[in-house]
Amino acid sequence: MNRDFFPADTRTDSAPHGAMFDYLLRLGDDSLILCQRLTEWCGHAPALEIDLSLANIGLDLIGQATLFLNFAGAIEDRGRDGDRLAFHRDASDFRNCLLVEQPNGDFAQTMARQFLFSTAQLGLFEQLMLSTEPRIAEIAAKGVKEVRYHADLAADWIVRLGDGTDESRNRMVVGLDWCWRFIDELFLVDDVEAGLIEQGIAVDRSALRGAFDARLSSVLADAGLPAPVYPRGVRGGRAGRHSEHLGHLLATMQHLPRSYPDAVW
Amino acid sequence: MYTTELGKTDGSLAQISQEDPALVEAFEARVAADEFIEPKDWMPEAYRRTLVRQISQHAHSEIVGMLPEGNWLTRAPSLRRKAVLLAKIQDEAGHGLYLYCAAETLGVSRAEMIDALHTGRAKYSTIFNYPTLTWADIGAIGWLVDGAAIMNQVPLQRTSYGPYARAMVRVCKEESFHQRQGYEIMMAMCAGTPDQKAMAQDALDRWWWPSLMMFGPPDDNSPNSAQSMRWRIKRDSNDELRQKFVDITKPQADHLGLEIPDKDLKWNEARGHYDFGAIDWEEFYAVVRGEGPVAKERMKARREAWEQGAWVRDAADAHEAKQRARASA
Ligand SMILES: [Fe+2]
Ligand SMILES: [Fe+2]
Repeated sequence: MNRDFFPADTRTDSAPHGAMFDYLLRLGDDSLILCQRLTEWCGHAPALEIDLSLANIGLDLIGQATLFLNFAGAIEDRGRDGDRLAFHRDASDFRNCLLVEQPNGDFAQTMARQFLFSTAQLGLFEQLMLSTEPRIAEIAAKGVKEVRYHADLAADWIVRLGDGTDESRNRMVVGLDWCWRFIDELFLVDDVEAGLIEQGIAVDRSALRGAFDARLSSVLADAGLPAPVYPRGVRGGRAGRHSEHLGHLLATMQHLPRSYPDAVW
Repeated sequence: MYTTELGKTDGSLAQISQEDPALVEAFEARVAADEFIEPKDWMPEAYRRTLVRQISQHAHSEIVGMLPEGNWLTRAPSLRRKAVLLAKIQDEAGHGLYLYCAAETLGVSRAEMIDALHTGRAKYSTIFNYPTLTWADIGAIGWLVDGAAIMNQVPLQRTSYGPYARAMVRVCKEESFHQRQGYEIMMAMCAGTPDQKAMAQDALDRWWWPSLMMFGPPDDNSPNSAQSMRWRIKRDSNDELRQKFVDITKPQADHLGLEIPDKDLKWNEARGHYDFGAIDWEEFYAVVRGEGPVAKERMKARREAWEQGAWVRDAADAHEAKQRARASA
């Protein structure tokens, strides 16, 4: 059947809510889990100024997570809001990429994770601003300025630490090395996203890889760091198969709402 | 309070006696006329030292104060509570930064001040040496500790040293939000399940007396207060502020349906104030000496953050130096 036969608005309506819900979880969980990691630094950062920047990024991320997860709950229409989704799902129901759940490590590893994630998220949000789903476009448009700041701030640190001292350079190499295997997953397109891409709701992540690689090489060059040797990619987060780290992160994060299910905070 | 005299005063009287009496007199007259003293102005050495001690102690309190709240940041029970608490703790980091900058105008570096903290020469508010055991403690801290801080800091917006006063103006703008978020947590918990209400009462039980101690020793045992008040570094006495705090807080506790753990607390019609029970000053002085329940944990956390972050600060300096060298090459 000729798909163009159907008027555009019914096509949006016929978006499978299951896929849409899943996609919103992916977007929201990425921001939520990375925020949770950044808050672990609070009060322990290498300098007061860094505590301030990490908190800034964390605040932006939790704002994004709240918007995406509340919207996910509305789309699902089963009475779950953002809080319900954040605090009462098991690890296997989380849809974040593996990169964001990785432990903070030292400050170099934290910045490596931040740079890689924010650079990919920036490319994504720039395109999501054009999503045919207006609510997603709106959230992305709000987030894009924030994410540009995160990506730039992290890039500055990659350069500073790569160029700084022998120790900082070594640590930066090790920090990046921890993260390389999770990059592929950031650009993965599966069946859930394929249908949404066709409808113009989601962005084809695989098309963003070129710009990402270019930005990565230029920052690494500025930092005087070697180009990555990519190991085999590890993936599974989008399908709920996570690293061992996520369970511990959630045990902490969800502790109160799970222990006192009837309480309102 | 963050700014109560906790450190030892250094014997600067000898120095003062060598200072030009005409300069001292002109200085005292400016202060008495409520003029601001600026970094380039002449000031008595004892005034400068008192300010360094007070402002740096205030800065340290903001920074150490991030730890008890940070303890619950990863466990904040809703997205909104997490965002609000993160914003609140970020504000405290900002306060620390403004205050270190204000102290630096007096000729002492941030690194020196931090070293004084880490080696135990500088103090920070006694209140942060108590543990945060439940989420209700986050409510109690905002309500009581930030509430007490506001009471102390509002008059400091008119303190005689210009950079300090201006830092306080920025700080005070943010403090009322801190107290509101704390009280809001308490309201939610007091309107919640019996478990939540019990946590709220327990938090008040544990934080009440340490909060009263924040205002510092009683006036008759506060040797430097008179000098500080004459110099307009301080504008109200410890006991006046403490009374004001009790008077304002008691009705707030009533509104929550919580009981303040003091059987002597009652309205005194003749005084127009609440009377309240005796404070355990032994406890206060022990905490000042560094014997608070989690004093070791707080200092260990701060020292570790500083030591483990040294390579980052070194790298940033090295990069900057290389940049400069490259630019001039
Ligand atoms: Fe503060
Ligand atoms: Fe505060």
